[in-house]
Amino acid sequence: MRAIVVFIDQVDVPGKLHPTSHQLLTLARAAGEPVAVVAGPVSPELAADLGAYGVTRVLHSEQPELADYLVAPKADLVAQAAAAVSAAAVLVDNGPQGKEIAARVGVALNAGVITDAVAVDSDAGTLVVHKSVLAGSYTVAARASSAVVVISVKSHSVEAALAAEATAPAVESVEVAFAPSSLGARVVQRTPRAASGRPELEDARIVVAGGRGVDGDFGPVEELADVLGAAVGASRAATDAGWIAHNAQVGQTGKKVAPQLYISVGISGAIQQKAGMQTSKVIVAVNKDSESPIFEIADFGIVGDLFKVLPQAVEEIKRRRA
Amino acid sequence: MENSALSIVVLVKYVPDTQFDRHLTGDNHRIDRNESILSELDEYALEAALAITDARGGAKAGNRVTALTLGPAAAAAAVKKSLQIGATEGVHITDDALAGSDASATSLALAAAIKTLGPVDLVITGMASTDGETSIIPAQLSARLGLPQLTFASSLEVEGNIVTVRRDGDDFSEEIQADLPALVSVTDQANEPRYPNFKGIIAAKKKKVDTLSLADLGLAPDAVGHEGSLTQVDAAAERPARTAGTIITDSGEAGIALVDFLAAQKLI
Repeated sequence: MRAIVVFIDQVDVPGKLHPTSHQLLTLARAAGEPVAVVAGPVSPELAADLGAYGVTRVLHSEQPELADYLVAPKADLVAQAAAAVSAAAVLVDNGPQGKEIAARVGVALNAGVITDAVAVDSDAGTLVVHKSVLAGSYTVAARASSAVVVISVKSHSVEAALAAEATAPAVESVEVAFAPSSLGARVVQRTPRAASGRPELEDARIVVAGGRGVDGDFGPVEELADVLGAAVGASRAATDAGWIAHNAQVGQTGKKVAPQLYISVGISGAIQQKAGMQTSKVIVAVNKDSESPIFEIADFGIVGDLFKVLPQAVEEIKRRRA
Repeated sequence: MENSALSIVVLVKYVPDTQFDRHLTGDNHRIDRNESILSELDEYALEAALAITDARGGAKAGNRVTALTLGPAAAAAAVKKSLQIGATEGVHITDDALAGSDASATSLALAAAIKTLGPVDLVITGMASTDGETSIIPAQLSARLGLPQLTFASSLEVEGNIVTVRRDGDDFSEEIQADLPALVSVTDQANEPRYPNFKGIIAAKKKKVDTLSLADLGLAPDAVGHEGSLTQVDAAAERPARTAGTIITDSGEAGIALVDFLAAQKLI
């Protein structure tokens, strides 16, 4: 069976497998024989977790260059490991690093690269990748004509599922030959960002996002998010104003999200914002301006004061649960 | 090393204006490029280059900022706008055989063009194009040119021969450093792009724009375009436009109505 490589990063975020990795392994198992390529150590727990998803083979490297330089050494690892196992496909996550690894592996293996996949299926053995383009206004099906295809896959493109039978993967250490130019961009400082305790924006089932209308006070947005177990997002106006960290931005130049429920609060819904959220399943909008474009795409809209509507909704949810 | 004059290449792309509805067209589902402009995200790259060269005495001190585009004849408008904003010269790669190039073929042609420009200290790009949105060109270009890759920079400094950027991820904020020459992509957090002024618009008319064909790049027609691309789009469907649902005006009970809606949708 053809090998499908899944890249797993244990350098930046060691320990457990990220939910997206479980999803990628599930996709790989449907397409062929899943091979995990791990940057960093492979603990017995990690090997068992990989085995639970049907991984038969693990190639990994703990060379210090993987952490000391930006992206390129990890791409060298993935490209060389994929070549060693004659992979038919390489799957990576769709974050900035994942996309850049995909880009460089594409050059190294002369392989077609398709980013932002929301589904991957097979047509007579060829992987067909589905994605949204032009800010969600079209969906396209794309494929590679090259021997190898590199795909960066968005979170929740597939539901993670354990293998019918767990495997005990063979773990091999590989020695990567780094290209000299891969060791040019030195990581001189790395500062962990404080964890919010809330779900990550791209992983969340529900997102509550605030914009200009919150006027510097994200309290009501965060309270609603917390009773719903939601991630907190923001419009560019709110992040530019410094009311919330830039990595909360949803939109054309921020995160592109497609949750089950997107609650837009005090956001007008200009194109910059819509580009990041209009493929959400259900959209709810709260805005005091009835002319806001957000109401043109909302499934349920409330023209009203968010500082009254949100606390009332929070109390009502708590009351019903009590 | 002191702050000597630099040669910086900035990638500029001619893209459909995101303020309008955008469409795919034709059998190969290519982007309809009517109503196109200089990609908004490339203005941050250009600003970054101009800020660095301004600090070193600008064009008078021998600094060069070359705006490089790849695209059909109309894409010259992206170079022209860049020259008006302050780039010192322009290069336009254009050839009918380039039509339909995917990211891989595009980065191949861009890399070949940059190699024709003589010594380059920095290549600066935006974080993505606003049409393709793949963000993979900077990494591919860095790999093809053998340049250190410093991407998604939310700030950028060049001191002497060393470039330092900050890269803000979800888990970490990183400081990345490299010796020149290097490639940097900047986010929309990196700076506030300047606008062209009257003087710049007049000055742009005298600036040089070179046009390069595939033959000038030493590339065969089948290395790029539809034939040279490693990916293809089989099918495209316009997503049905979202329609407005129920809109209510709060008369004191809207928070409860919101919870009723979520419960009816089985979202809580």
